[in-house]
Amino acid sequence: MAADASILTPAARAPAYDAARVRRDFPILATQVGGHPLVYLDSAASAQQPLPVLRAVEDYATHSHANVHRGVHALSQAATAAFEGARERVRRFINARATREIVFVRGTTEAINLVAQSYARPRFGPGDEILITALEHHANIVPWQMVCEQTGCTLTVAPIDRRGELLTGELERLLSPRTRLVALAHVSNALGTVLPVRRIVDAAHAQGAVVLVDGAQAVPHSRVDVRALGADFYAFSGHKMYAPTGIGVLYAREELLGAMPPWQGGGDMIRTVSFEKSTYNELPWRFEAGTPNISGAVGLAAAMDYLEGLGIEAVAAHESRLLALATAELARLPGITLIGTAAHKASVLSFTLAGVHAHDLGTILDTEGVAIRTGHHCAMPVMTFFGIPATARASFGCYNTEEDVARFIAAVARAREVFA
Amino acid sequence: MDLKELYRDVILDHNRHPRNYGHLEAGAAVRHADGHNPLCGDRLTVYVRMNGDTLEDVRFEGSGCAISTAAASLMTEAVKGKERAAVHALFDEVHRLLTHHDAQPGRELGKLAALSGVREFPARVKCATLSWHTLNAALDSGAATVSTE
Repeated sequence: MAADASILTPAARAPAYDAARVRRDFPILATQVGGHPLVYLDSAASAQQPLPVLRAVEDYATHSHANVHRGVHALSQAATAAFEGARERVRRFINARATREIVFVRGTTEAINLVAQSYARPRFGPGDEILITALEHHANIVPWQMVCEQTGCTLTVAPIDRRGELLTGELERLLSPRTRLVALAHVSNALGTVLPVRRIVDAAHAQGAVVLVDGAQAVPHSRVDVRALGADFYAFSGHKMYAPTGIGVLYAREELLGAMPPWQGGGDMIRTVSFEKSTYNELPWRFEAGTPNISGAVGLAAAMDYLEGLGIEAVAAHESRLLALATAELARLPGITLIGTAAHKASVLSFTLAGVHAHDLGTILDTEGVAIRTGHHCAMPVMTFFGIPATARASFGCYNTEEDVARFIAAVARAREVFA
Repeated sequence: MDLKELYRDVILDHNRHPRNYGHLEAGAAVRHADGHNPLCGDRLTVYVRMNGDTLEDVRFEGSGCAISTAAASLMTEAVKGKERAAVHALFDEVHRLLTHHDAQPGRELGKLAALSGVREFPARVKCATLSWHTLNAALDSGAATVSTE
């Protein structure tokens, strides 16, 4: 390629990623645990919030808070502007066509339940199939089981292999005209596997099925463009991408959302109410009954600004380096089995240590100040597939460093000594 | 928090070599119950053979962390040959030891006193009590599943 500076991307010209500087944005990372500086390796469960997010939430509460959409007074207008401004911020972040396609919810779980109850339940019946994959989080299994109980439709599961890769060919073989909906994770929370969403969307659409993507673990680690993916529904949570808990997003293609009945009834989702009949509000408010999590939406918008300020690609590249380093160092320790060794992974390192149960490992790491997740990660079928009760899981975020990796590895080595 | 307080040698030993591990063949005097800690996936089954009111034999099998495995193993040793009322009293003592910060282990606890370190790790207390709850279920109803949640 010609050495033409003008064709260099901004990322290529940017200085090396400075995780030490990023850490200073996260006050909680200064916490001491048991006399040790905290090493936080549980961002896949919930990521920490940077100062710009904390300040945006405080600033909103200090200067702009009131209820949205129904006041003529100044603060209500300010709150409405902040809330609807956040919706536009989300639209840009995932490149949706219109803010009408952005529904604020509590989190990924609520988004999936909304689609299950409002899209699937009224439409599906005996003979219809919902297709999921074997690596789904419980939040992308149980809502569909409920729909199956309610409608008589059937749940079908596409298998994975021992590396934690989805057998995409098998999934495609399971697709048929009976398949009404395919629901899959973009990134597995238990294994880290990145799924080939675009390919599956095309295959599903060819059979007339719609696709819901659980993007909870993808949004913090990659640029998600819902139109490029072709997803019909895309669900994610704020708190996994450095925003507060209790706010999340359902993206739904307008054509689908417009044909869906309301899910919850109440204030804000109506146009008119009488005892004989009520009429419903427009999109997206029809799906937002009751006072929404306004400050959460403000925090989510600030988190999106923050993440784009760091550069999502730069963050992802940094996390990939840490994941590769930690994987190599961990695999060097005797007795380690990596759970989830897909070719394309994001952020998550699941493993077991021979002779040491994951919970003992978690406790020992905690006494060294290292926070990891232990257990089944709300993915019991994944644990069953690998024949294990639990794994230990380290996950990386924008603020983790090589020193974090070193402390993590040393703590695992210490656990081996305790149980030697 | 001192790790050595939690993972004492007795605990590590009973984890590595659980006593009374296995099952009892079904029989009129044999009761069993399943215990499950859904948070961590620990599962165990406790078997008891009664002779009148006495726990003539006790076994357990399953999979769990070091604390739950060692606690189950220590429990089987402690309750074997005891009468039901004495077993209940012993559980009360163990529970007190695990949940009261300043509880001193009484002499009747014997090796069970090794579990006292668990109380400094509140997230792990359920690991230590799972086998006891399961034993209670076996004694009370003969067959059931108990859950820590």
